[in-house]
Amino acid sequence: MVMAAESQFHVLAVDDSLIDRKLIEKLLKTSSYQVTAVDSGSKALEFLRLNANDQSDPKTPVSPNNNQEVEVNLIITDYCMPGMTGYDLLKKIKESSSLRNIPVVIMSSENVPSRISRCLEEGAEEFFLKPVSLSDLSRIKPHMMKTKLKDQKQEIKEELEKQEELKNPEFQLQHQQLQQHHQQLLLPQEKLQEQQSLPQSNNNKRKAMEETLSPDRTRPRYSSIATFV
Amino acid sequence: MLGLGMDQLRSDMNRLLALLFHQGVLDEQFLQLQQLQDETSPNFVSEVVNIYFHESEKLLRNIRGLLMDKEFSDYKKIGIHLNQFMGSSSSIGAKRVTNVCVAFRAASEQNNHPGCLRALELLEHEYCYLKNKLHEFFQIEQQRALAAGVRYPIQN
Repeated sequence: MVMAAESQFHVLAVDDSLIDRKLIEKLLKTSSYQVTAVDSGSKALEFLRLNANDQSDPKTPVSPNNNQEVEVNLIITDYCMPGMTGYDLLKKIKESSSLRNIPVVIMSSENVPSRISRCLEEGAEEFFLKPVSLSDLSRIKPHMMKTKLKDQKQEIKEELEKQEELKNPEFQLQHQQLQQHHQQLLLPQEKLQEQQSLPQSNNNKRKAMEETLSPDRTRPRYSSIATFV
Repeated sequence: MLGLGMDQLRSDMNRLLALLFHQGVLDEQFLQLQQLQDETSPNFVSEVVNIYFHESEKLLRNIRGLLMDKEFSDYKKIGIHLNQFMGSSSSIGAKRVTNVCVAFRAASEQNNHPGCLRALELLEHEYCYLKNKLHEFFQIEQQRALAAGVRYPIQN
C-alpha cells in the first residue's frame, strides 16, 4: 500500500496535432506525471488494451503493481480528431468493462456548450478549453486519486475475503477471542454509567454496544491479518 | 562590460515582447510556453515554434494550392486546414494569426471565393510578420545564452 501511495500517476494523452501533443506532454511532466502521448483514438485504444490485458493476469497478493506494466490513471484527449473523435473514444472507453473506470478528460479549442454537455453526459470528468494551462491540469489529480482509492479498497476487500476463506476455523476463533476481549474492556465503563443515571444508562449501553459492533467488525480483521503476515 | 550587455539584451527582449503584446500579435499563451521551458527542456519554446513554422507553411501552401485551382470547390477541405492552423496558432499564442483564421473560416463557410482569397493574403502577411518577429526574439535569446555562458569571477 505504501508503494501505491508513492507511485506516479500515468496519463495517456491523445491529440492529432504535434504541437498540442508536445505542449500537453510538457504540461503533464511539469505537473510530475508520467506521460504517454499518441496521435489518434485507435492508437490510444491499442495502448490501453495492451496494458489492460497485462493487468488481468493473476496478481500476487503481496505486490499488486509490479510496475512492469503501465497502469493508465487518466486519459486526456482532444475532441476534434480525424477518424475517431475524442467523443467517439470516450464512448468506446465507457462501453468497455475493463476501461470504463479510467477517468477521461476532453480538450477542445472551441467553446461549444452542446459539445461540452454531450461529453460530460457521456462520462467525461472535465472539459478543458485549449490552450490548456497548468491550472487546468491541477484539476485532474482528484479524479486519479478517486479511482486509485476505489481500486485500493477493492483490493483490500478481496484480500480480506481470501484470508477468511483460507483460515476460516482459526479466524473465527481469533475473532471471538478479540470480541470477548473488547467486551471485557467495556465492562467497567458500563458499570460507571449505571451508577450515574438509570434512564440514560440503557441508551449509553446500547450506544456502547453499537460502537463495539460496527468498528470492531473491521478492527479485529486487520489485526488478525497482521498476525498472519 | 558584458554585464551591461546582458541588461541591454534583456531590455531588448522585453521591449520586443511588449510591442508584440501591444500589437496583439502574441498573447499570454506565449508566456506560458516560456514558463514551461526549464533545465530539462532548455529549448522548448524554439522547438515548438519551429514545428509551428514548418506546419504552418505546409498548411498555407495547401490552402493556396486549393484556392488557386480553377475548378476549386472544396471549401470543406479549406475549413479542415484552417482548423488545424487555428489550433496550432492559438497553442503558441499567435493571436492575430488565429483571428485571421477565424475570419477566413467564416468566408469559406459562405463559399465566398474572393473573400477567401483576400483572407489568405492577409493570413500570409500576418504569418510573415509573426515569423520575422519571432526570429528576432530567438536571436536575442541566443545572444543572451552566449553572454550567460561567459563567466566572470566578479559579479555585481
